Amino acid sequence: MAGGLLLLTLLLAPLVGGLVVATMRAAPGAAKATALLFALAELVLAGFAWFAFDPGAGRLQLGLSVEWIPAFGARFALGVDGIALVMIALVGVLVPIVMGASWEEKLPEGRTAAGFYSLLLITESMLVGVFAATDVFLFYLFFEVMLVPMYFLIGRFGGPRRQYAAVKFFLYSLFGGLVMLASVVGVFVVSSEQLGQGTFDWATLVTIADDVPESTQMWLFLGFFLAFAIKAPLVPLHTWLPDAGAEAPVGVGVLLVGVLDKVGTFGFLRYCLPLFPDASRRLAPLVLALAVVGIIYGALLAVGQSDLKRFVAYTSVAHFGFIALGIFAFSTQAHAGAVLYMINHGISTGMLFLVVGMVMARGGSRLIADYGGVATLAPVLGGMFLLAGLSSLALPGTNSFVSEFLVLVGSFPRQPVFTIVATCGIILAALYVLWVYQRVMTGPLRGAAVLADGPGAATDPDTARGRAAARFPDLSVREVAVLAPLVALILVLGFYPQPVLDVINPSVTATLSEVGMTDPVTGSGGN
Amino acid sequence: MLAVQQISGAGQVLAQRAQLPAIDYGALAPLLVILGAACVAVVVEAFVPRPARWGAQVAVTVLGLAAAGAALGVHLSSGAGGVVTLAGTVAVDGPALFLWGTLLALGLGSALLIADRTVEPGGAFVADAAVRVGTAQDRAQNRAQRAQPGGTTPGGTRAAAAGGHEEMQTEVFPLFLFSLAGMMAFTAANDLLTMFVALEVLSLPLYLMCGLARRRRLLSQEAAVKYFLLGAFASAFFLYGVALLYGYAGSVALADISQASAGTDRSDTLLFGGLAMLVIGLMFKASVGPFHTWTPDVYQGAPTPVTAFMAACTKVAAFGAILRVLHVGFESTSWTWRGVLWGIAIASMVIGAILGLTQTDVKRMIAYSSVAHAGFILVGAMAMTPDGLSGTLFYLLAYGFTTLAAFGVVTLVRDAEGESTHLSQWAGLAKRSPLTAAVFGFLLFALAGIPLTSGFTAKFAVFSAALADGMAPLVVIALVASAVAAFFYLRVVVLMYFSEPAADGPTVSVPGGFTTAAITLGVVVTLLLGVLPSFALDWAALGGFTS
Repeated sequence: MAGGLLLLTLLLAPLVGGLVVATMRAAPGAAKATALLFALAELVLAGFAWFAFDPGAGRLQLGLSVEWIPAFGARFALGVDGIALVMIALVGVLVPIVMGASWEEKLPEGRTAAGFYSLLLITESMLVGVFAATDVFLFYLFFEVMLVPMYFLIGRFGGPRRQYAAVKFFLYSLFGGLVMLASVVGVFVVSSEQLGQGTFDWATLVTIADDVPESTQMWLFLGFFLAFAIKAPLVPLHTWLPDAGAEAPVGVGVLLVGVLDKVGTFGFLRYCLPLFPDASRRLAPLVLALAVVGIIYGALLAVGQSDLKRFVAYTSVAHFGFIALGIFAFSTQAHAGAVLYMINHGISTGMLFLVVGMVMARGGSRLIADYGGVATLAPVLGGMFLLAGLSSLALPGTNSFVSEFLVLVGSFPRQPVFTIVATCGIILAALYVLWVYQRVMTGPLRGAAVLADGPGAATDPDTARGRAAARFPDLSVREVAVLAPLVALILVLGFYPQPVLDVINPSVTATLSEVGMTDPVTGSGGN
Repeated sequence: MLAVQQISGAGQVLAQRAQLPAIDYGALAPLLVILGAACVAVVVEAFVPRPARWGAQVAVTVLGLAAAGAALGVHLSSGAGGVVTLAGTVAVDGPALFLWGTLLALGLGSALLIADRTVEPGGAFVADAAVRVGTAQDRAQNRAQRAQPGGTTPGGTRAAAAGGHEEMQTEVFPLFLFSLAGMMAFTAANDLLTMFVALEVLSLPLYLMCGLARRRRLLSQEAAVKYFLLGAFASAFFLYGVALLYGYAGSVALADISQASAGTDRSDTLLFGGLAMLVIGLMFKASVGPFHTWTPDVYQGAPTPVTAFMAACTKVAAFGAILRVLHVGFESTSWTWRGVLWGIAIASMVIGAILGLTQTDVKRMIAYSSVAHAGFILVGAMAMTPDGLSGTLFYLLAYGFTTLAAFGVVTLVRDAEGESTHLSQWAGLAKRSPLTAAVFGFLLFALAGIPLTSGFTAKFAVFSAALADGMAPLVVIALVASAVAAFFYLRVVVLMYFSEPAADGPTVSVPGGFTTAAITLGVVVTLLLGVLPSFALDWAALGGFTS
């Protein structure tokens, strides 16, 4: 019960913080400080939860369950397994970093810091709720409500085309969510047929999953899958992400691709697989095909982007392909790799987004072509860009390598063809990351954003260089402090991912048995 | 010989009927209190001096609603189950009591909006809307309204407005009470003739109320005439349906029709023809799908407090009657009419969602939203299960409060011409008036069915009942329609929050106590039913129909 209260506090603390901060419209400084304080407190609470969780004990821990709407069979039930726990920890780590990164951001006219930071905290609360809910109805509730603060964050604080991006984001997600609602209701109806008394309790639903006819499972699976595939996003449902990611403020973009999209892949693991095992196995080839297409297609589009933020968004589309591949390959290694990938992608893409944001804060342009030779002016910034990029392309020694390797090794025995195609995506990843790095950071100074006075100024290279240097100071202490934790995580998880794997492995094994699969015997080509 | 016997038999029946039937006054008390209050209000209108009239009318209305509510509470707590009284013409059962409670609460909210005279000085109504603005008659009309103990300012029509409240035109209160009583009777009517009488009692005052607008009088009168003509058509359809069903079953009582239709060799043509006519009349009142054409014009033209009353209460009453007709009278033949109602529900959802996208006027937009919602409610009404019944009742409660508060907010956004209902005028409202925008945004999210609002709970209740009753394809269509409809609610949120305000945009009036109370009531209920809906769901599930 104490654990349950801990989770409840984790859920409510940011919400209360958000409401408190929302009242501080007149004092932006105090609002920021209060918000950061709440976010750090949340991180500490997440740390408590991490140590209160015992990987060797039962599946769902820190549980709390209260009667809520008996007429619907819905309970207010919280609890975490290893997968949910690491996701909550990721949220806890990223939100303070995002706040630090947005500290000096210029908000659009008429918008207050209080509004921005309070919406960030409310989003954090909803995300904790999504990961901690163990009642399908409650999960759905958080899944939908989460859209509202995010919608306002993009629409009120974003770039020039923010209205379009915010509405597109909201409508895509809402459409998926409403189709999922049909399946959520369907699950309830099926459970009342099976048990005589309908329930939304996840653990109970898992126990009856095998008795549900496959055709019913298919329909229900598709409802959930559509919502999660939009959220994750899988090709061809990904088109909202580049728009939303590009128009959102940098900090919000980090949360969007870093955590919010993970709700989709989390949903695959937590809901699609255990609740609809037959349908998951039957439809896996379809999902795998989408995943692999996403890896290649996302990578190709990332290569072709001229806009830095859209570039990051498309790299994410490729990465989500890897995660989906790992999930639907049905092996312990691949699953563990996928979950680890979810964490690592949040860290490395989050960092890439932040570094790109720092470049854009100096140059004032989103176009890659407007930059060149920035690393000679700001070497530390250049180094951070390179590190984030290398982590993103899964260089050995960085965190992403471990997860990508696990996914590919785990998927190969059962899905050799898909895995081989996916492996080609790694080459493209090296191409898009290094090429962008080369264009933005290396070589002589060039580009409209760097040489703000245009070609005429180039006749006097010293003063042009001086002006450019003044525009591109190296990282400030705040920016270093924001990036340092991410750098540390990239390196630590690159060399020693075992603590995280220890937490997620029992849940991964349990998920695999729920979907009714066993690990393929290596070398025999699967079963 | 036989004929003579029959006639004498009929005479005996007549003689028996001539004795007063047993009347359960306890069960009928809420209805009788409202009717009584309406009569008192007429007397007040006739005899109380003008300066004191507004206060007296508000007191009569609010006290009447409170007394009816208290009577309802007493009857509920007495634990009496479904009661059929007045010789079987009125059934006071679980659904009727729930709907009465809903109607009284929504009626209170509407009455508060109607009684407000601070937002629009002198209230939203004039006595004779046919008089053109600025003419000598209009000035006389305004002077008469403004007659204060100190006398009128000669010639100064506008100047007088500054000093103290203008007197409000108060006929609207008795009209409102009669209409509300009609609605209550409509939901409890256990035979079709009573239902028809109730339909007229609720409709006729509404036609009048639509034409009373102080601003944009031509639009208001057009609305009233349109509503009256189309309403008369619908009434005729209803009555023709009743006649055909009487021909079929030999009785207008719903229970008798139900019995008659259960396995006989009577003419199905009469049954289905009658049912179709009946349903058309009812669907018209509920502004369901292809019978909705009056809705946008009337919602737009009527004075906004009246629109709020119509949108919230008429829908409740009409669906109350639809539920009773379908569940009590035609449950045994449900397999024959269900297909048709599927089509109507789909049409309503699609029409509401798609045409709502193209609207540029807030009131018309909410009108199309109400058409879409009518489709959703119909989905629940078709599920012939206890869950379907309770879900539909809950939906009516939730929708009523949300839409009431939404129209309440619409009355506040004004410029010199009156209410600014064109959407472009709402741009950047969040900057000028954050609280108003936040409240309206919340209500729009509720209408869109986002969780933690009553809109979501209600949709969930209705759709889960429909799915359990084997209507999965319809539920999927309904959900897709919800997604489309969400777009036009979002459009308003985008305008209010993400756009820059226009230079000469409308101001937001500081609402008086009455409007504030009404909006607060709607918002609180919307939130409460979204977060902790159990008490209302339990009440809605208390009992089925008695006949």
